[in-house]
Amino acid sequence: MIDIEKEAARIAEQGECAPRLARDPVNLPMINNWLEAIGDEHPGYTEVAPPAMVQVWTMGGLRGQRSADDPLGAMMAVLDEAGYTSVVATNSDQTYHRYLEVGEHLSVTTSLEDVTGPKRTGLGEGWFVTTRSTWWVGDEAVAEMRFRVLKYKPAQKPEPKREAPRAQAIRPSVNRDTEYFWEGTRRGELRIQRCGGCGLLRHPPGPMCPECGATKPKYLVSEGYGVVYSYVVHHHPQVPGKQTPFVVALVELDEGVRMLGELDGEPSVGLPVEVVFTKVDDELTMPSWRPRADR
Amino acid sequence: MRIGDSLPEWHVEATPTFVISTALATRDFQDVHHDRDLAVQRGSKDIFINILTTTGLVQRYVTDWAGPQALVRQVNIKLGAPCFAYDTLKFFGQVVGREQQDLTIEVVGRTAHGDHVTGTVKIEVPA
Repeated sequence: MIDIEKEAARIAEQGECAPRLARDPVNLPMINNWLEAIGDEHPGYTEVAPPAMVQVWTMGGLRGQRSADDPLGAMMAVLDEAGYTSVVATNSDQTYHRYLEVGEHLSVTTSLEDVTGPKRTGLGEGWFVTTRSTWWVGDEAVAEMRFRVLKYKPAQKPEPKREAPRAQAIRPSVNRDTEYFWEGTRRGELRIQRCGGCGLLRHPPGPMCPECGATKPKYLVSEGYGVVYSYVVHHHPQVPGKQTPFVVALVELDEGVRMLGELDGEPSVGLPVEVVFTKVDDELTMPSWRPRADR
Repeated sequence: MRIGDSLPEWHVEATPTFVISTALATRDFQDVHHDRDLAVQRGSKDIFINILTTTGLVQRYVTDWAGPQALVRQVNIKLGAPCFAYDTLKFFGQVVGREQQDLTIEVVGRTAHGDHVTGTVKIEVPA
């Protein structure tokens, strides 16, 4: 069993690795390649480099290998051996003491600052490894970076997502106030609550009329036509039984009340729609909207 | 440029060409930034933008807004969801601190999968 904290302390104690020299001095062709790729049209980078390029100068390159005394490499090897085989960068904090001039030749040193773990993360159990790098021109420190990676054991892959069958869709909670509505959809009726006292139509259903206070609601059956009053396109998060994106439309019915439902079609405000009933099972039939066929 | 000022929203289309050309321009030759087959084998859905590019984009977002006279002193970023090829990366920013000529700007870069990057940039602007 590897004592990760002990190994970390040993590596941290070694302090900074020997300076590693950049392949090239700060130079215009590499600056221009960078500006072109990033799309940065900043006019000021003709004699100095963009600060955010600092790490570029000392990258290892296509066939780069870490030096033997590189603390990040050493710590990665320890964690690899302990079974934490995957890595992802989580933080990069760069401080630029001054702009770097074309012709200056950088070197970099790195030390291990901190190793924390094991932590449970979304990716799996892992250790956060923080290093500190300093870039030098001669013996002048010109920039610094604190860099943190998560070295982790990949969590067991979840079963590939299957589209939940419709029966697994989220079900409405049916209660005494709403039972009439779902009974209606089962029969292919879109029912609107109607006050037994004053006749006011209302939706969503409730126990008491907001107008006259009566508590004896009845209903009428809507023609099932209306126009889109507003809508949202739902992308995230995933919803059981649904494939994203889907549209939820607030439809103003010809009878005057507004009602929510999924819209199957390209949404737009004012779109004339009609109701569709989809039987989920014997208990549940869902109403939804589709653009009106006769328009 | 006062505390509370918002930066204009900026969208970056992370085409495969963009992901690859920025990875190479930052001398990052990790296969997950240019080889989709290997990226998929390693569990990613596609190639994705490398960190040095994210840092560069955050810097560009701020200097595009602040102007070429602004000096960049610090870029601190925290990485979240990867920015894959074909994602649109949307940047938002706001000035959250100012002491004389030193400004602190909070930046978020977001894709449809969530926050790709959150961070702060410190710049010095001319008097």
